Amino acid sequence: MQMNGDQQLEAYRRMLRIRRFEEEAMRQFSRNKIPGFFHSSVGQEAAIVGACLALRDDDAMTGTHRSHGHPIGKGARLDALMAELMGKQGGICKGRGGSMHFADNSVGIISESGIVGGGIPLATGCAFSASVRGVDQVTLCFFGDGAVNEGTFHESLNMASLWKLPAIYLCENNGYAIVTSVEQSHAQPDIALRAAGYGMPGVTIDGQDVTAVFEATAQAVARARAGEGPILIVANTYRFDEHNYGLLVPGQPYRSVAEIEAHKRDRDPILLYRAVLLEEGVSEKTLREIEEEVTEHIKKAVKFALNSPMPETETFSDYMFNTPI
Amino acid sequence: MHTDAQKHAAPHGTDIQMTYVEAIVQAQIEEMDRDERVILMGEDVSIYGRGKLFERFGKRRVWNMPISEGGFTGLAIGAAISGLRPIVDLSTASFVYLASDQIINQASKLRFMTGGQIDIPIVFRCFMYSAGSMAAQHADRPYPLFMNVPGLKIISPTSAADIKGLMKSAIRDGDPVLVFEDARLWSLEGDVPTDPDRVIPIGKADVKREGRDVTLVAIAGAIRPTIEAVDALTEEGVSVEVIDPRTLKPLDHEAVKMSVAKTGRLVIVENGHRVCNVGSEIAAVMAEEAFDLLRRPILRLSAPDIHVPFSPALEKGFFPTKDDIAAAVRRLL
Repeated sequence: MQMNGDQQLEAYRRMLRIRRFEEEAMRQFSRNKIPGFFHSSVGQEAAIVGACLALRDDDAMTGTHRSHGHPIGKGARLDALMAELMGKQGGICKGRGGSMHFADNSVGIISESGIVGGGIPLATGCAFSASVRGVDQVTLCFFGDGAVNEGTFHESLNMASLWKLPAIYLCENNGYAIVTSVEQSHAQPDIALRAAGYGMPGVTIDGQDVTAVFEATAQAVARARAGEGPILIVANTYRFDEHNYGLLVPGQPYRSVAEIEAHKRDRDPILLYRAVLLEEGVSEKTLREIEEEVTEHIKKAVKFALNSPMPETETFSDYMFNTPI
Repeated sequence: MHTDAQKHAAPHGTDIQMTYVEAIVQAQIEEMDRDERVILMGEDVSIYGRGKLFERFGKRRVWNMPISEGGFTGLAIGAAISGLRPIVDLSTASFVYLASDQIINQASKLRFMTGGQIDIPIVFRCFMYSAGSMAAQHADRPYPLFMNVPGLKIISPTSAADIKGLMKSAIRDGDPVLVFEDARLWSLEGDVPTDPDRVIPIGKADVKREGRDVTLVAIAGAIRPTIEAVDALTEEGVSVEVIDPRTLKPLDHEAVKMSVAKTGRLVIVENGHRVCNVGSEIAAVMAEEAFDLLRRPILRLSAPDIHVPFSPALEKGFFPTKDDIAAAVRRLL
């Protein structure tokens, strides 16, 4: 299963949207326009976009505390996302979620969980619901390498495989749970091998290669939709920024500057894919147009977000209940 | 006793005798008949006690779960967000701790945190063994912990009719509802309406006995020794009003205030541990909002701040007894 020409350009567009969104949001963060934590998805764009593009619009998804990329990858509008980061009423979650909880249900996201591993059972339940209701929706579940050591991962994969649920478990393995490496925390650092314990296939792919991620996910989606059950995909990727903005503890390096620089130079998923597209005959002009369009799009999103009002203080209790007593 | 056939065949608008636990099953049967999105999941649910539900609805509606309380609770929450209305049977209340991360961090928060983009219509059932030598890891009554969590509704009815009507409301509700059943009440028989549309609203207390001298608020299984004490006190000429909140969150403080306005005296009885329990909350609200109505200090009877002991010799006086309750009422006269 390969991307067609339109999908290829869309892959480039969405990866670039994530990158430019994060860069602009970090600028707004440093200008104190964005409160709270800030977990950047920069470096992980291909793992997100390749997987999302393999889904149908009506497929469901869950994400993680590093949540900015997921809705953008699934095609969400940027203005309500930027407004959410700023805690505005025009935010996708009306200013009640923020950086770690960027769930846009209009594109099929049922939650982004700030609790590591917390969304894995929810994604499994979403796939369970599709199975019980007899619809052919699949659910894509993003989580990081750290979440693999949570009980929710094991309990969920067991149930999904037991009942052949239409779930795709996609591990964005960026090598570090905050500052603790996979080698320091996983008795079996080859995460895909864990799938065997639940009787499901596990594959490892290059998470910096959007084509590889798309193709692996598209196969998994076809399999899941056909009722053949879940799969674990481990996309090896790299976080270019710190766990969250400003977290770096001086004098306590957990990864070398050389390692970071090498990834930024040789393993940038956007630069890698730009080269692929040019080699495949896409014109420089076409790529430039996409880049300009993304820049404009981000500018509009920031304008919308800055102009969106803060929530009125008396609305603090809104959205608690569907059925207030 | 009536046979199952008689129970199902009874005309609408009449009452029928059944036990508390039969009323729970009947509520689930009616709601699963009414709405195909309602499903039941939990450990061993197809076999123990609810075999009737499995026979009627089959394996697409009644799901046996592996022993993965956190996992299947989260699975149910994901299913609730995505078009189903699960009833999650968590069995013994002590096991709810295993599911509590998902109940608190996901179920109670996600509607709010998504700005109302999603709904989570889900029911979590569990039962509390407050006597019977279960020892401390099977004898918890953890409802006060969950009362401290915004976004959860909590019911703990004490009669067969109330559990049926409130369970049905819980299943029809659009938000997470926790049901704390007291295993002491399962065998209680009572008249239960057969009308499948008779529901009891969440958040409304019920006056179980009317009286003039003292208000007794009894929570969950504490209703049994409370009623025994009230019978004894009545013979002594003491008139006690008994209020069962039925819903623990939100509490019906107005019902308590109305009673205290009449009696001026308040005793709260429960089997939860003493620190920060339902009695604490009712007493605090009465002190803030109804201080002028009180003629005597509020008394609270509860389990001590000690774990439930295994030995019958130690467990015997652990929870408030009929005599403790009667003595507390007499102290206020």
